[in-house]
Amino acid sequence: MDRFVFLTFDGLSRGAVYAAFALALVLIWRAARIVNFAQGAMAVATAYVGYSVADATGSYWLGFLVAVVAGLLLGAGVERVVMRFVDHSSPLNGVVVALGLVLIIQGVLGMIYGNEFRPAEAPLSRDAFEIGGIALLSRYDLFVFGAVGAVVVLLTLLFTRTPTGLRMRAAAFAPDVSRLLGVPVGGMLTLGWALAAGVGSLAGMLVIPTELGLHPTAMDIVFISAFTAAVLGGLDSPIGAVLGGLLVGLLLSYISGYLGATVAPMAVLALLVIVLLSRPDGLFARSKARTA
Amino acid sequence: MTALLEVENLTVGYGAAPVLHDVNLTVEPGQIVAVLGANGAGKSTLLRTLSGLLPPQTGSIRLDGHDLRKIKVEHLVRHGIAHVPEGRGVVTELTVEENLRLGGLWRKPQPSLEPIYELFPRLAERRRNEGHQLSGGERQMLAIGRALAAQPRLLLLDEPSLGLAPKITAQIMALLRDLRDRTGLAVLLVEQNVRSALSIADQGVVLSLGRIVTRHDAATLVDDAELRHAYLGF
Repeated sequence: MDRFVFLTFDGLSRGAVYAAFALALVLIWRAARIVNFAQGAMAVATAYVGYSVADATGSYWLGFLVAVVAGLLLGAGVERVVMRFVDHSSPLNGVVVALGLVLIIQGVLGMIYGNEFRPAEAPLSRDAFEIGGIALLSRYDLFVFGAVGAVVVLLTLLFTRTPTGLRMRAAAFAPDVSRLLGVPVGGMLTLGWALAAGVGSLAGMLVIPTELGLHPTAMDIVFISAFTAAVLGGLDSPIGAVLGGLLVGLLLSYISGYLGATVAPMAVLALLVIVLLSRPDGLFARSKARTA
Repeated sequence: MTALLEVENLTVGYGAAPVLHDVNLTVEPGQIVAVLGANGAGKSTLLRTLSGLLPPQTGSIRLDGHDLRKIKVEHLVRHGIAHVPEGRGVVTELTVEENLRLGGLWRKPQPSLEPIYELFPRLAERRRNEGHQLSGGERQMLAIGRALAAQPRLLLLDEPSLGLAPKITAQIMALLRDLRDRTGLAVLLVEQNVRSALSIADQGVVLSLGRIVTRHDAATLVDDAELRHAYLGF
């Protein structure tokens, strides 16, 4: 029982990171109808920048902030310089370009920083508090929950309460009509990419200290987990992405806890295949709203 | 030089068979101009070119003497043009209220939606509903209401009667005439429904296969049996 409780809390903590990363994928999917397969590599690139700043200044938090800002800029740059010029008549084009970006980013990171793991320290203790004799959550877990929760709340407020959020949604749903109404559709797309990449970088900074450390491919497995989470949630739904992330986190935690850590990566892929085959619209899909 | 909209020698399309050929048109402030013609005559193409969604081959489009071709589509609304596209263009994933807010979003401060709700009480009742839950008539009201929220000087309306019951079409036409009389709104109205369009228009322009074949006062077009038979088919 103790073990089950521990695995549950551990799974939720991992799941919160998957949720944030899945949210980043959903943001771009909603804005541009592209699954950004370069999200993991982009997050790693900004994590390298963040840790370089942290090493140079001695302040983890400054590095954290720099990583997120670098994510915003990188996202905007990728949209402006690359994705804007991709022919979107076939969805495959964007995917292929994104995969190309992965190779470029990982190659460049390897040239600059080398291909060995660099240790990445967590800023807070990862030793879990014991409550009633069961180790539940560490300070770092609480920080993860707090950061992801804040992102979810802020994005919700942005999209539902602000004129910019309304513009972004309109531009995504009906670009031509939005243009006629004075919405700068291209700018909204850039903003969507920037926000998504910023959230992705935040998720990267949160997850890398709990992994083996910094490496050009450090986010590959996280990407697959988060992509599975996003697909579970229907790819179109921010709430679905968050729930999907928590669900995948829990599942992975139980599987690695009871069956062994080596089974977990295969289990994610198996789950992804099962979801794509049986519920391609996701577990929480509403009936299709757009009929005409 | 009093014209609000001035279209000169406008040709749109590709190669030897343009969709629009040498079209000339003016709309004065407070005037309702009806563009009539059969399916495929080029009516929607005309509106889509005016609002910059299609590039013209040759010709000029001027609003208050300014070259509209140099203005980006998303800035048109700042120059006082609101375009209600064919098929209404309601963003079906957004609520009625969000659609209306979108119309006035570029204005600072943002205008109150109350005047729109007074014009269309039905929209006030449905303000929390999403676009896909609305009937055809409600969508048309929403599209027009949203265009009016931008407080335009010139309204480009593409087939407002399409798929609507005659009673609702009549309501919408009466509303346009009323707006014109009260606010001096100019309307360029593209319609297949000749009778209802001419019932409120000051001028009628008949397009056929991309060319303007005749242009008269609306009253003349309706009264002159010969013109009616020749160009309007009734």
